[in-house]
Amino acid sequence: MITALLAQAWQAPTIDWHAIAPELVLVAGINLVLFIDLWLDESKKWAMATLSGMVLLGAFVPVVTLAVVGGDVRDAIFDGRYMIDEYALVLKGLFLLVGYVVVLMSQTELEEGGYYQGEFYVLLLVSVLGMVMMASSRDLLSVFVALELLSIPAYMMAAWRKRDPKSNEAGVKYYLLGVFASGVLLYGMSLLYGTTGTTKLTEIGAALAIGDPSVMQVLAVVLVITGFAFKISAVPFHTWAPDTYQGAPTPVTAFLSVASKAAGFTALLTVLYLGLYGATGVHEPYIWVLAALTMTIGNVVALRQTNIVRMLAYSSVSQGGFILMPLAVMATDAAESALRAVVIYLLIYAFSNLGAFCVIMAVARKTRSGEISSFGGLMGYAPGLGVLMTVFLASLAGIPPLGIWIAKLQSFRALIDAGSTAAYALAVIAAVNTVIAAAYYMRVLRQIWMAPAPDGDTSPVVVPPPIRLALAITAGGTVVLGILPGLVLRFADLPDLTGALGF
Amino acid sequence: MQTLTNDNWLLTVGTFLPLVGVALMMFVPASDERAHKQIGIVTSAATLAVGIWTLLRFDFDQSEKLQFFVDSEWITVIHSNYTIGLDGISLPLYVLSMAVTLLVMIYTWDNMPDAGNPKSFIMLMLVLQVGMAGSFIAQDLILFFVFFEVVLLPMYFMIGVWGGEDRQYASLKFFLYTMFGSALMLVAFLALFFQTGAESFSFHHLAEAGALIDRDVQVWIFAGMFIGFAVKVPMFPFHTWLPDAHTQAPTQGSVILAAILLKLGTYGFVRIAIPMLPQGAKAWAPVIGILAVIGIIYGALGCLAQTDMKRLIAFSSVAHMGFVMLGISTLTEFGINAALFGMVAHGLITGMLFFLAGSVKHRYHTLEINRLSGMLIQMPRLGWILGFAAMASLGLPGLAGFWGEFPAILSAYNPNFGLDVTLYRTLMVIAALGTVLAAAYLLWLYQRTAFGRPNPEFAGTHSVGAAAADDHHGADIHDVTPIEWIAWTPFLIAIVVFGVYPQLMFGVMDPAVTALVERVGAGIP
Repeated sequence: MITALLAQAWQAPTIDWHAIAPELVLVAGINLVLFIDLWLDESKKWAMATLSGMVLLGAFVPVVTLAVVGGDVRDAIFDGRYMIDEYALVLKGLFLLVGYVVVLMSQTELEEGGYYQGEFYVLLLVSVLGMVMMASSRDLLSVFVALELLSIPAYMMAAWRKRDPKSNEAGVKYYLLGVFASGVLLYGMSLLYGTTGTTKLTEIGAALAIGDPSVMQVLAVVLVITGFAFKISAVPFHTWAPDTYQGAPTPVTAFLSVASKAAGFTALLTVLYLGLYGATGVHEPYIWVLAALTMTIGNVVALRQTNIVRMLAYSSVSQGGFILMPLAVMATDAAESALRAVVIYLLIYAFSNLGAFCVIMAVARKTRSGEISSFGGLMGYAPGLGVLMTVFLASLAGIPPLGIWIAKLQSFRALIDAGSTAAYALAVIAAVNTVIAAAYYMRVLRQIWMAPAPDGDTSPVVVPPPIRLALAITAGGTVVLGILPGLVLRFADLPDLTGALGF
Repeated sequence: MQTLTNDNWLLTVGTFLPLVGVALMMFVPASDERAHKQIGIVTSAATLAVGIWTLLRFDFDQSEKLQFFVDSEWITVIHSNYTIGLDGISLPLYVLSMAVTLLVMIYTWDNMPDAGNPKSFIMLMLVLQVGMAGSFIAQDLILFFVFFEVVLLPMYFMIGVWGGEDRQYASLKFFLYTMFGSALMLVAFLALFFQTGAESFSFHHLAEAGALIDRDVQVWIFAGMFIGFAVKVPMFPFHTWLPDAHTQAPTQGSVILAAILLKLGTYGFVRIAIPMLPQGAKAWAPVIGILAVIGIIYGALGCLAQTDMKRLIAFSSVAHMGFVMLGISTLTEFGINAALFGMVAHGLITGMLFFLAGSVKHRYHTLEINRLSGMLIQMPRLGWILGFAAMASLGLPGLAGFWGEFPAILSAYNPNFGLDVTLYRTLMVIAALGTVLAAAYLLWLYQRTAFGRPNPEFAGTHSVGAAAADDHHGADIHDVTPIEWIAWTPFLIAIVVFGVYPQLMFGVMDPAVTALVERVGAGIP
């Protein structure tokens, strides 16, 4: 009787194994790494990094094949709550690549610091898994689960330097504010569910698009955006970022400032474009204010920093403002340009920002300092690193023909495409901010090119092979994408996600 | 648009050839300074050879058409293409940029700035050359913007690393001013793109479609471009970066800055802002004219107050660029021709003056006008060249400077398209007074530095003597060296040739300018 009932009620869904292969490879890899770590001798722990790197590259393979095969396998699975479309694939590729570069960066840091290597990589892989899932999530529940899956390991990774009080502070701050943000987000989501009766984003979108949103719904939209604003460290919810970035080990900082931020933006994009777009009057002005504040305050505070990591932390806050900027016009004709601008920005920003952190790591191995002044005379004793840092920072400043210029151009384009007065005003604010940003990036370059070495120590810098590889990947990406942006702009044609909207 | 697509490889090769030199230099160790200087000279000589070949292949009878035209896909998603071409307006500037780079390279052989490290210095100069040449051939707004920005970083480092005492302040100021201008310029470019219906960023398309935009919108977009280009020119009141940058830059940097970089701004007005936004241009023309004349007078008065020779030359740039902008603001064929001529002439003459200032500094270790005197006695040849360049700069008929200034002033008598005649005639009179002031400050400079007895402070330093040991230790007063002769003679010859036979350049530019003004006229109801 019971068996018959069960057989009737529960039907195994047909699962497209190819479509979820990247996640499966990651899950298998995580278990493998965890298992091997248990049995591996302490002296051989270095192998864990290599293994984790291979897991990430292994997960990259199905992403590529899915992109090549296209069409039929990209159908919605799990009732359209988990999508494998081009948008998801591009971002999955980004997260896996960033994960790989972070593994390369972590290798020497962990080996030399004698930290818990196996556990670190497991957590890193779990976090990347969360991000990869985030790219496909099209339901409030899976968005939230993915968000927690990527955040919780990151809290621990931030505190990885166990005996360093600063690292502990970093972890605790990140954790407390992260949990608070999750709470806010969850509250917003529960209100959305309560007022629309569904957790599927497209259905929420359809429900919100009818008539004016109720007070509850307005509150829900504001709370959901606020929750993500913490994740992407938008002002005024950015206060955790500088302390966490400064205290965490450098590879973790790089990971947080690129991958975790990109995941937050991915979630925001999905939720906005599929669910909340109807509530124009609510999210449009809110995001406008967030973007303007984020880029301006991030920049102005960055001007005053003397520690390079802290400066890059604020710079990444302000870059977040630039990424957020086109979303302020997402409910207009410029919706498609805005989406493209955000995705392009995330892709290219990842290369330049990771690259800058790689150089910082390489230099800090010699100078043992995080002060901007410790970069003095770098051109003299390590011209290669000096030129690379110039490339990365100039890219972050948005100078053509280096990477981010095209992303900035796309952001401006979206705003001007929208053409409203508010959009133009934001464009002018952004233009002024570009100049402020240039001022502090140039300050670092000034040290590198023009100042003498602080203590007269001009012995060469030894760059370990993994970091060399990481530098090659990031520098290559920054330069090539700047000169031939067509390579990634193609990916950003996202008919699937926007198609759902009927644009 | 009529274009000639013969030899379409020429411009690409000519523009990017310097990068080959940069790639080579990466593999030569920094300690081998001679090799780097050789590579620099050979690369820029090869680049100029391509430039001269371009000059020979250029069809001068059709200089109003874009020649060597290429239009291939670049960033298709945003409708931006790799569109390049050369016509009578850009040809002189394109070749000038190549010639100046080579001569500066040659000058570097003997005159490396104190900070050393020729490897980076020469690499930066070659990258700079790519940006400059590229800006003059670009026929697509985004492509132009990219090249326009490429020059920014190399120049920043040239000033900041190899410059004088206040180099860091000066370089940052240069950078931020330009960055500010270009950010607003970019917003203006995009606004133009979307207002015209967003089909293509090509100059040709925008020049046709831009004229159809509402007048008020044109005025706003023009304002954005105006700030971008006016900072680069630089026009009063955006000029304050210039004296600092020029004074602090190494000689090579000053020469390139004066000869080419400033022209990017004026070129932008002629090539982009005015033809694409005819009504905006008409609305802004009186403002440009007034600011230009303020620049002329202000620059001249500034010159009279300077005590440093290099700073004086820098202020004279502000005044000279004022004449150029006055010519442009009349929107007449005559005025724009004069402006384009003035751009090249100013490049040659002021470039020469900066070379001289560099050499004087090298010998006396000071540029304080009060301490310099009697150069004609101590270094007769250098003294004569300084006199020659000063005469050319003040606009002596028969030398190149005259053909930039005089027609520009004259063109203000009859501005085009119903611009306010009274205003322009007033401007004309004031600008004419500016030439008198120019004569005053240049002759006064020459009198103080070249005439009279040599300052006893430097009197005994021909030979190695005890006097050489104190504050100006190492001062070695000698006349023009062979390397300097090689680097300078082409400038001197060009100044005379263009002065005696200006038709050489007017002939090339005029058909293109006529076509341009016609197009502007068609866009103004």
